[in-house]
Amino acid sequence: MKVINIDQKKWTKGIETLGGTYKLIGPVAEKDFHTFKTLGQGQLPDLSFTNTRLSPKDVVFPQSEDMFVYTLDPTEEDCNILKEAPKDYSPRVILGIRPCDARAVQLVKLNFDTEQYKDPYWLRLFEATTFVGLACDEPCATCFCTSTGCGPYGEEGLDILLAKDGDGLRAKVLTSKGQELADAAGWTDTADDGGAFDKARQAAEARIVSKVKTDRLGELDTLALHGADFWEDVSFACINCGTCTYLCPTCWCFDIQDEVHGKKGKRMRNWDSCMFPIFTVHTTGHNPRGTKLQRVRQRFMHKLKYFLDKYDQGIMCVGCGRCVQQCPVNIDIRRVCDLMNSYSSENACAVQG
Amino acid sequence: MIAYTDKVRQIARRLLEESRVEMVIGFRKGSQPMMNEPCFIRKAEDADKLVWDGNCGINLANYLTGRNEKIAVFAKGCDSRNIVTHIIENKVQRDKLVIVGVPCTGMIDKRLVASRTEGEIESVGENADKVVVKLSDGGSLEYDRREVLQGNCALCVHRNPVIYDELVADLVEEQTDVDRWADVREIEEMDTEQRRRFFEDLLAPCIRCYACRNACPLCYCPTCFVDESKPQWLGKGQDQIDIQTFHFLRAFHCAGRCTDCGACQRACPVGINMRLLTKKLEKDCFEMYRWEAGMTLDQRPALDTYKPDDPQGFIK
Repeated sequence: MKVINIDQKKWTKGIETLGGTYKLIGPVAEKDFHTFKTLGQGQLPDLSFTNTRLSPKDVVFPQSEDMFVYTLDPTEEDCNILKEAPKDYSPRVILGIRPCDARAVQLVKLNFDTEQYKDPYWLRLFEATTFVGLACDEPCATCFCTSTGCGPYGEEGLDILLAKDGDGLRAKVLTSKGQELADAAGWTDTADDGGAFDKARQAAEARIVSKVKTDRLGELDTLALHGADFWEDVSFACINCGTCTYLCPTCWCFDIQDEVHGKKGKRMRNWDSCMFPIFTVHTTGHNPRGTKLQRVRQRFMHKLKYFLDKYDQGIMCVGCGRCVQQCPVNIDIRRVCDLMNSYSSENACAVQG
Repeated sequence: MIAYTDKVRQIARRLLEESRVEMVIGFRKGSQPMMNEPCFIRKAEDADKLVWDGNCGINLANYLTGRNEKIAVFAKGCDSRNIVTHIIENKVQRDKLVIVGVPCTGMIDKRLVASRTEGEIESVGENADKVVVKLSDGGSLEYDRREVLQGNCALCVHRNPVIYDELVADLVEEQTDVDRWADVREIEEMDTEQRRRFFEDLLAPCIRCYACRNACPLCYCPTCFVDESKPQWLGKGQDQIDIQTFHFLRAFHCAGRCTDCGACQRACPVGINMRLLTKKLEKDCFEMYRWEAGMTLDQRPALDTYKPDDPQGFIK
């Protein structure tokens, strides 16, 4: 297979060159863990990470994003008129995104880019971004990406896939957007790798030992799963924080808020979480998902059943393992997935919970 | 403390067999190293699901409110103090609880162990003095248990439960040679500007997941002020002032109630030590009123009583 070899020198030089045309985003070590951040001039992405604590979904879906600005000052001509918030949609590249996180962006796209609705903010950021992935040769024990249609060398959603090769990198260009970036960076040293890339992929896939079964989820009856007897046990420990949803690369829910300071206002959207009681509370005060059990069930049913039924693109989980690692009370989506997948409706509760 | 598991199971089994309680709240073994999951059992035959070791840091007092059952709960020193606080604040009734006290020698700080360990941790075991880490590559490491305890546990002076119906083991010796508030004093000594910068840096990683609030047994308000929308108290974005306001106000709401159980810090996915805020209030309550939360059912908390000789120097 043809790959581009990038030694350390070319990597450094390429990043420097790209800095002229692209905004660079990459993993940096901050306090106790790595986070994707905009790189400063001369700053290189730190590729010595296993996975970042937070997913890089905020590159295309910021936690807090202004949509409109307005003035309430009657002396101003445009008083009370919502105007699009000024934003930067210049070309950017995310360097070192993991294949699971890149696939997650594609899953989120199913929601933000439909025939009926096109989310302009998400799509513009998405289109402005070139995705340069970094294959995982040392996955975590919590990684189960080979069960979710992805894998440590997964290519979906990437423009270039990088893999470590000693001190340097091998690059596989996957799209024209990727080719453009490789050319701009001066990464042109193409050679036949003698099958090394594929070999490394196989070795990495073999290192993913954590697996879940999802084969029955599609055929199972939705209402039977909804009324299954295990939800009380699954949800008991949950404290209804937003850790799982905020760390998840595929969670896309948001809330819209207006903030006014003096006579200036803005309309923004912020990440929201189905774990929060306020997520579903109506203006009447009624909350259709008023209990913890209902909220926890919603999260897992959405990820592992409703999404699958609606889009037929697998489950809404890429197996990154963040929620497994960081859930304060150790609710493990792999366990829940197995419970759901092996559910037999013979045990179903007669009364829907 | 790992030896407690057998006793925990035995007690849970007996309480359910004798129908003394309808459910038992404890921990089951987690899927991750250094993690156990709070759980309940309702049948005596499920008692063997329960475990107890140095990974039971989540405060089980948080799981007692809003339930109708008669419940048995395993309670460390801090949990028991939060149960006392719940009883004083009319959140739970004493006669609906069977409190099984767990004399505690401290909980393991999973982030500290992970940060000290090179390589991937496969499993973590412990004995009385050591924490034994097994690595994925076959290697293993040992830490002195006292060196890898959660920050609050290392400084804990109330390891024994203060209220219980029975105990899983003999009471342990309390620590007396600890300096509980060295970190708070460091912040007190800063000038205003330094302190502002310190708090900004402390809280900057916050993603507003509210894990700290939700892990806290004190945070049981039906609608937290951050969620209040009529009127709205606080912006919901990532504005740092809003984030800081959340943490500061939450801490003040815990004044005179916090037992420094450490659940907030343990739950935080981005490693913020928000205990520094509650500890300052804990220190003030102790120094001004000789008050420590949850030590007795017979005394009203410092902040809901008034005495003519209360210190008033802070009123300016």
